[in-house]
Amino acid sequence: MTADTVISAQGLNLTFQTNDGPVHALKDVNLDIRKGEFVSFIGPSGCGKTTFLRCIAGLEVPTDGTLSVNGMTPDQARRARAYGYVFQAAGLYPWRTIGGNVKLPLEIMGFSKSEQAERVARVLALVDLAGFEKKFPWQLSGGMQQRASIARALAFDADILLMDEPFGALDEIVRDHLNEQLLALWARTEKTIGFVTHSIPEAVYLSTKIVVMSPRPGRITDVIDSPLPKERPLDIRDSKEFIDIAHRVREGLRAGHVDD
Amino acid sequence: MKSLLPILTIVAAILVIWVLAVVPMNMHLTADQAQRDGLVVVPQTPLERQGYSGLGLSVANLGLIPLTYTLDRPRLPSPHQVAGEMWETIALRNVTSRQSLVYHGWVTLSATLVGFAIGTTLGMLLAVGIVHNRAMDMSVMPWAIASQTIPILALAPMIIVMMGQFGIQGLLPKAVISAYLSFFPVVVGMVKGLRSPDAMQMDLLRTYYASSSQGFWKLRLPASVPYLFASFKIGISAALVGAIVAELPTGARAGFGARMLVGDQYGNPLVTWAALFAAAITAAALVAIFTAMERLTLRRMGMAAA
Repeated sequence: MTADTVISAQGLNLTFQTNDGPVHALKDVNLDIRKGEFVSFIGPSGCGKTTFLRCIAGLEVPTDGTLSVNGMTPDQARRARAYGYVFQAAGLYPWRTIGGNVKLPLEIMGFSKSEQAERVARVLALVDLAGFEKKFPWQLSGGMQQRASIARALAFDADILLMDEPFGALDEIVRDHLNEQLLALWARTEKTIGFVTHSIPEAVYLSTKIVVMSPRPGRITDVIDSPLPKERPLDIRDSKEFIDIAHRVREGLRAGHVDD
Repeated sequence: MKSLLPILTIVAAILVIWVLAVVPMNMHLTADQAQRDGLVVVPQTPLERQGYSGLGLSVANLGLIPLTYTLDRPRLPSPHQVAGEMWETIALRNVTSRQSLVYHGWVTLSATLVGFAIGTTLGMLLAVGIVHNRAMDMSVMPWAIASQTIPILALAPMIIVMMGQFGIQGLLPKAVISAYLSFFPVVVGMVKGLRSPDAMQMDLLRTYYASSSQGFWKLRLPASVPYLFASFKIGISAALVGAIVAELPTGARAGFGARMLVGDQYGNPLVTWAALFAAAITAAALVAIFTAMERLTLRRMGMAAA
């Protein structure tokens, strides 16, 4: 753990009690995330990647181990509004306009009216939705709705952005486009991003660090620091480095699958 | 307006069945009357006619069929008789007269509206309590359900008599019975509406560290609006039924219920039928008003009406 560590997990365990007996969702997870990193969590379903993200957000409580976010417990960090969270579904309120949806966290956190308006305009421009402020969610495509939900998570300027398969429900072409935009956004805002995905190309394209996880029990099997440059055009995916990293991720996923 | 044709088709079918049914339903009465007026009736004695079904007697006396539609006190009035009675008591009478259905309608409607206001307010308060308080969730709902299993016909006279004991008469006891019937759909619909936000939406608010009152005003309440309108529509018609039922067993002298009873007791079915139809039209109008409000509200909220 160094001075610029934002998220630090040591010996993290989480067991859910279910009707079918205990489920070991996270086992001995150790991970440090430094400020400004783009970290992807990849693995098959049941590997605990979403659970880990929810632990960071203070939405789940680990049964064992320590986890700190910005030097606080996850719950303190949540109360301090340390992160913005993007869910798999955009989950915009149908009775609010796009601007109204982005304004939601600002209203809850008590920003002044003028500041709300200024921030809404700024983050909507950031996700390329300027001019859509007065539209209702149903008037937007799925990809645009998800961008609005990212704007909503950015609106209150937390320096951590947690994203749980945000583009999982979108088609490949829209997804490529959003990935490109997300990288540009990350470069401009210098946020620390935790990103859950089950797509290997998406993880490799976006991340500075790829965390490969495997199920039963959910654990980390490999952590790859990406040698790719920060500047990444879409065609970097045809380069040799890219293919090598993707190969290593695939190997890591396969290694975790021996018991199936 | 696409639904106009199917609706008119059904109305026409009902009218046809009604008009056809008038003949056998009224034939015995018509035959008796015709005989008194010196017409030839087959068979000749009322006792023999008792052995005939309405349909059989109609076939035997085809010439009397037109007369079945013009009896003063028919067993089944024909549509034009009911329409005539309604025209006379709605349009031709002074609205303050006891003969006016508008007067009786207003008596019932005012109790309905007051009762609905009480019922929905109570229903919404209970729903908020049920959603926010576990003890209320466990305790109120079973009682709310149990309250609706008691026949209102048995309960209404008790409420009226008991309130009369305290000197409360007129509109308020009827409103209480309306409220009793209309609070329940509001409780059920609003509880469902307030609980309609899914786990993800509740999690989102947790990530903002939103208070539960913020969650209520910003998420739960707006999410419950579409459910609430469905409940209002059921509640307002239940409230009208409640007000009418409250007028039936108590010797009320005004209101739709009183008119129905008067028609029945004095052997004047036209009065009963006219009151019945006026009540149905009132209920339809109330539901239509709420449908229009629903459409307007949901459009203003940006949610297209389903």
